[in-house]
Amino acid sequence: MSLPIQTALMTNAVAKVETLHFPHRHLLTVEGLGVQEIHFLLDLADRFADENRQAGKRHDVLRGRTLINLFFENSTRTQASFEMAGKRLGADVMNMSVATSSVQKGETLIDTAVTLNAMRPDLIVVRHHAAGAVELLSQKVDCSVINAGDGSHQHPTQALLDALTIRRAKGRIEGLTVAICGDILHSRVARSNIILLNTLGARVRLAAPSTLLPAAPERLGAEVFTDMWKAVEGADVVMMLRLQRERMEGSYVPSVREYFHFFGLDHEKLARAKPDAIVMHPGPMNRGVEIASAVADHSSSVIREQVEMGVAARMAVLDALARNLTKR
Amino acid sequence: MNTTPSPLSKRPQRAHSDAATAFINARIIDPATDRDEAGGLIVRNGLIEDLGPHLRRNAPEGATVVDCKGHVLAPGLIDAQVFAGEPGFEHRETLKTASHAAAAGGVTTMVVMPDTNPVIDQVALVDFIQRRARDNAIVHVHTMAAMTKGLNGEEMTEIGLLKRAGAIAFSNGKRSIANTRVMRNVLLYSRDFGALIVHHTEDPYLSATGSMNSGEVAARLGLSGIPRASETIILERDVRLVEMTSGRYHAATISTADSLAVVRAAKAKSLPVTCGVTINHLTLNENDIGPYRTFFKMRPPLRADADRAAMVEGLASGDIDIIVSSHDPQDADDKRRPFAEATDGAVGLETLLPAALRLHHSGELPLMTILRALTINPAKLLGLHSGRLAKGSIADLIIFDPDEPWVLNKDQLRSRSKNSPFDESKMQGRVMRTVVAGETVYQR
Repeated sequence: MSLPIQTALMTNAVAKVETLHFPHRHLLTVEGLGVQEIHFLLDLADRFADENRQAGKRHDVLRGRTLINLFFENSTRTQASFEMAGKRLGADVMNMSVATSSVQKGETLIDTAVTLNAMRPDLIVVRHHAAGAVELLSQKVDCSVINAGDGSHQHPTQALLDALTIRRAKGRIEGLTVAICGDILHSRVARSNIILLNTLGARVRLAAPSTLLPAAPERLGAEVFTDMWKAVEGADVVMMLRLQRERMEGSYVPSVREYFHFFGLDHEKLARAKPDAIVMHPGPMNRGVEIASAVADHSSSVIREQVEMGVAARMAVLDALARNLTKR
Repeated sequence: MNTTPSPLSKRPQRAHSDAATAFINARIIDPATDRDEAGGLIVRNGLIEDLGPHLRRNAPEGATVVDCKGHVLAPGLIDAQVFAGEPGFEHRETLKTASHAAAAGGVTTMVVMPDTNPVIDQVALVDFIQRRARDNAIVHVHTMAAMTKGLNGEEMTEIGLLKRAGAIAFSNGKRSIANTRVMRNVLLYSRDFGALIVHHTEDPYLSATGSMNSGEVAARLGLSGIPRASETIILERDVRLVEMTSGRYHAATISTADSLAVVRAAKAKSLPVTCGVTINHLTLNENDIGPYRTFFKMRPPLRADADRAAMVEGLASGDIDIIVSSHDPQDADDKRRPFAEATDGAVGLETLLPAALRLHHSGELPLMTILRALTINPAKLLGLHSGRLAKGSIADLIIFDPDEPWVLNKDQLRSRSKNSPFDESKMQGRVMRTVVAGETVYQR
């Protein structure tokens, strides 16, 4: 999966400690990342987040590097977030979306990878609708690949920005109870967060109707509830997931009305969580489906902070991976 | 998320008098406790206050005394499958006429099916049935809501909200869900709410052109058959899905020896599977169709006598949990057609008990076993507190003479439709009195 960087750097005992903290060529999944590595990225992101609030946000650590945003699936915020992160670090950023690419003309994923690779980019950010597609692509290129979401599998930078948001709001992650509620079955955000939060020592709960849970959900390392009221009881963090429109009308849940009644986050359900609980949502929100407008806009909501932390977390990932790139 | 159905249908507006009613000189049969003894029973405020042998000849001061004359006093019957026709088919039957037929048959609780027009697939329609029943019916009425929208077999209904509104269980009516994925999701989703899924088990493709049981009789009559496998295939599939989802599942009406074996195997694995059988499939067989008698046309079709005998044996062993009338009123016009074109269905509320008593008189089943499948078993299945004779329980009672001989004349049926397969049949045993929540609603 994630390939180690060249051996010379790995064994260089006198190298700065910091550089050894993220010895990976790609970021394809959060699975297998160590606690130290994650906190190294979060610390880096924390500094970028503070700097992003100042006037002089421009860095040059990626000067001369090329970053390609390759999106096979529509995305506004993730693509913009990566673009901004790359530009703030001084990279040349190119956006490629499926609508304008040769994929529409029938090119295979591997041919696309080989073609792009020939242009010698340094970093490629990929989103694809099929689980495993990003890893497949990473095997065919010489640069670093960052998974920006592959099907229902992984979305590592989302998990990092969520962890950063929680850590900044709560001061820690270890020991916190995080309730992830909604369409777990189809959610790469849930899968990434379950792994990352577990690694960092949080207690993860999942809440969903059984039709929106994968098989054997407890094996993912979380406590599973089909009653949302019980899932949010005493939680420090309530993380809502988006329900896709095509899943609302009878195939997985009978109706928006019923879904909101039993699984939508309103103030009554939120009152079961800790008084200082924070509310999160990866966006874009369906107000009145998985979350009440009043909750989304409430002071306990850190949904806008998540967007802000997204840029910082992606800057940290780009910076960390670029440090491992060979000078060419 | 577990919600118990609200007892809206209980006619709460009727004030009960403080005076007690004493039912004396009765043979008390209560399958919930295996009680079968001479005794009496006191009702006050709609509830059973006391019962036992000590009340056989004694009534409290001031009580109205009802002499049961040694007849059987038992819990009122619970019929878990009634097609009432309201809304949409009031010319066949209304909740009111069905409830009068029920009372005359000793049925104190009936569960009405969602196959109406519109289909009962929304909260407002469950409310409608409950309101109409409260105002017009003389027995308890519960609603079985649709589990897919419009019974289309594709999109789930609001099972959580419908249950909260009072739907007692969920059914796809007379149609099986052909789409396995939808069935899996219904079982998964309903499990979260502890909802019971009641399914008609019939492969729609295999049964499509059939009009009676596949076999020699159909071959002789030149009718297209409905194979037994049509039922078993869906039942076996459903049991697999129950194994996968742990959803609570009830096969509405099985009719073949093979289906019984499937249910038996599922129960041996402790799966949450139960099943029912109609009174017709316990007492009639395909030979009764004779010269194309359309009153014997129904779904599932009447099978061979070996299948009927298997149904009796399944009741005796406890593998079949409940007996239903599957009361299905149909117009005379829809029945007076060539057999293949006639509609399915038979009325059964008024003949449920007398027909069941045939099995008692023939020695095929003990009276206790028959009554168990008509009282406490459906009560447990549906989560009702009736169906038993216990202090503090609701006084839903029947008094019946198990031996009185009579001949059924369909014109005397209270049901608005007269499509009874027992017309002109000799019966033995008859309901003398029906009591709902302490009030006598039928008396001969």
